[in-house]
Amino acid sequence: MSEKKLPIWEVFIQPKTGASFQHAGNVHATDKEMALQNARELYTRRQEGTCIWVVKTENIVSSSPEDQASFFDPADDKVYRYPAFFKVSKKAKGL
Amino acid sequence: MSADNEIIFQEKIDAGLKIEPKDWMPDKYRKHLIRQISQHAHSEIIGMQPEGNWITRAPSLRAKMVLIAKVQDEAGHGLYLYSATETLGITRNELIKQLQTGKAKYSSIFNYPTLSWADMGAIGWLVDGAAIVNQQSLRRTSYGPYSRAMIRICKEESFHQRQGYEIMSKMSNGTPEQQEMAQDSLNRWWWPALMMFGPHDSDSAHTSNAMKWKIKRGTNDDLRQLFVDRTVKQADLIGLEIPDPDLKWNPESKHYDFGEIDWEEFWEVVNGNGFCNKERINNHTNAHTEGNWVREAALAYAEKTQNGDLK
Repeated sequence: MSEKKLPIWEVFIQPKTGASFQHAGNVHATDKEMALQNARELYTRRQEGTCIWVVKTENIVSSSPEDQASFFDPADDKVYRYPAFFKVSKKAKGL
Repeated sequence: MSADNEIIFQEKIDAGLKIEPKDWMPDKYRKHLIRQISQHAHSEIIGMQPEGNWITRAPSLRAKMVLIAKVQDEAGHGLYLYSATETLGITRNELIKQLQTGKAKYSSIFNYPTLSWADMGAIGWLVDGAAIVNQQSLRRTSYGPYSRAMIRICKEESFHQRQGYEIMSKMSNGTPEQQEMAQDSLNRWWWPALMMFGPHDSDSAHTSNAMKWKIKRGTNDDLRQLFVDRTVKQADLIGLEIPDPDLKWNPESKHYDFGEIDWEEFWEVVNGNGFCNKERINNHTNAHTEGNWVREAALAYAEKTQNGDLK
């Protein structure tokens, strides 16, 4: 008997109110309701979250590790984006 | 090109960096991981059966709720690990087929029968105890998804071991019949638990590459020794005796020396001749086949709702 593949959904959990959602893993499910329920059973059996996002894996776009150097190159030479770049008198408070 | 890749790959491993699914990796590394992680996943799933056997006969409501929660955790652990395996380019259906046709193995310990309630204690205490030693070491494995699954599993697993130890300690402080049951259970599970760590390092076909690539972070014999050292004291504390006449403290090595494992029995069970090998796989195959209509119906429902035929 040949079997159809169930779609895969990536699961993101917000650990507490106000926090950023974090990737937890994935689940197999046929639709979004089932994906949410499976994610709850699989990743929050011990109150690990206050909210769950699920998104079909095929809808996620990722940069590729081979291109890491060139892809992030624009951020490489801009030290002036960090506060330590600027020399300021120690007498100036609250900066 | 491939030679360069291999050098970069090994440099990453040596520097303690994790390998992620999209990174280049040697074919043998990928194959080793698929074999090891799926074997681990199958063990969690098949491991539900010996314990599931006692859910309806748990001695109290509390014991029953705890056991159900534990078995549900095992299912979860299996799923974390299947997910990690799938990142290596193999489908869940293919993995399940490998299990059911015997191409993939699972831990032989689950081919032993669970004869009394004390076995729920011995499994939690010894089998989960041995698994924890292995899993704690694997949190530092070089493959990112495997490592993350292990971290999650370890967080959940220590409740399992405490649950088992609680049963053993209650029974060994109970009536003479209960004490006898606890000791009998330890007698039956002790050696299979030691076998869980696999063959001696000198006889293990997979150890050398696995260590070089940091897939495994401790050798079979080292991890087994760690488990023995931990467990002997726990047995003493609840008045149970480890069934090994050669077991004794070695003040020089600061470890317990222990007797030789019956490797003939180990290979017999690995090769399919244990008490429950056939039953375990038959149960899995039947449950999977009987559940097929549910998956088909759910897929059909999803298609119809997406097309707007429903709602």
